[in-house]
Amino acid sequence: MTSIATLPSAKMCSYHGTIRLFVQVLWAHLLCGWASGSELTFELPDNAKQCFYEDITVGTKCTLEFQVVTGGHYDVDCRLEDVDGTVLYKEMKKQYDSFTFTAAKNGTYKFCFSNEFSTFTHKTVYFDFQVGEDPPLFPNENRVTALTQMESACVSIHEALKSVIDYQTHFRLREGQGRSRAEDLNTRVAFWSIGEAFILLVVSISQVVLLRSFFSDRKTTMTRVGS
Amino acid sequence: MMLTAPGAGISILFAWLSPSYALYFHIGETEKKCFIEEIPDETMVIGKYRTQLWDKQMGSFLKATPGLGMHVEIKDPDTKIILSRQYGSEGRFTFTSHTSGDHQLCLHSNSTKMALFAGGKLRVHLDIQVGEHTNNYPEIAAKDKLTELQLRARQLLDQVEQIQKEQNYQQYREERFRMTSESTNQHVLWWSIAQTLILIVTGIWQLKHLKSFFEAKKLV
Repeated sequence: MTSIATLPSAKMCSYHGTIRLFVQVLWAHLLCGWASGSELTFELPDNAKQCFYEDITVGTKCTLEFQVVTGGHYDVDCRLEDVDGTVLYKEMKKQYDSFTFTAAKNGTYKFCFSNEFSTFTHKTVYFDFQVGEDPPLFPNENRVTALTQMESACVSIHEALKSVIDYQTHFRLREGQGRSRAEDLNTRVAFWSIGEAFILLVVSISQVVLLRSFFSDRKTTMTRVGS
Repeated sequence: MMLTAPGAGISILFAWLSPSYALYFHIGETEKKCFIEEIPDETMVIGKYRTQLWDKQMGSFLKATPGLGMHVEIKDPDTKIILSRQYGSEGRFTFTSHTSGDHQLCLHSNSTKMALFAGGKLRVHLDIQVGEHTNNYPEIAAKDKLTELQLRARQLLDQVEQIQKEQNYQQYREERFRMTSESTNQHVLWWSIAQTLILIVTGIWQLKHLKSFFEAKKLV
């Protein structure tokens, strides 16, 4: 009998708990919606321009980092514009750069990479656009208490590892540049060596043949002069 | 504070209902856009996209276009196709790399119009997450019932694992670089010797041949 009596209150408790959970998860997703990072590598053909857009809320700290991976002199034009078209960052023929800014207005920010100055080399560009901070690991609404020592140690290790991963990425891209140059060099050396050896043979044989043809025409005249 | 199983369930539900893929770009209706992901092996990649079609009459992008689909093609470093599927205007694709190297992810719409006549523009929202960014920590916490500290430790472990995989890949790449340099060195060495020999041999042959030719012609 007691179970039936306690049933409505138990139901109320679980209902309240579900609502709290719902709000907690919703909050987590709202936070996730405001913080993101996009890291992409794409190919930019010659005379082409590629633009990317992102909707940013005011006050968010954003970072744009880019590096040219392959192609020509490894340079690209980059331009970052805010909502009204005001140019926040503009650099021509840059190999690698990092730009941090805080969004002053709500709206769509645009950044473009241009290879319009190049006639026939297409470039591969890597960029990393970080908007806001990373979402917290736990959607913890009662985060009024400070982090414990263990937790803050974990947070600092996490931040350090993030920068390690970032350095690794940039190192990999640099090394990729060097490696593709070395592979190009190897192919070029191989083809040109074979080509040159072949040309050498052809030229020496044709020299002899040509020389012979000169003398075989004048043979009669020479003998006439001689006698 | 732990998220319980219903919380994880609602979380997953929200992940599907509220797509907030922030970055977007424009492509032509029949244009193919490719992205390169240089990743070590056994790395998971999750890609999410959402497309909107430009409406000429309204002068803006439509919210949703039924019938508009995107074809996703993923090639591994040996240019072998590992995924080639058609998705709707909103989709999510996943793959795990089996070889380390440059993977190519290509997207193009399923528009059947000819390139000349298709003047439409598409807005593609794209989000690609690689490696440890693919882990959904609230979900993992709920599944394995981890405390906050355990979850943080798990995140650090995942990050360190990714660093380790990248270092392994770096070792393999450095070896390839070294082999390429050695091969160039060998090429330069042997082909220089070969060319010098060819030069000397053809020189000697030329002289001998011409000498015998002129002697035969009674010019010498």
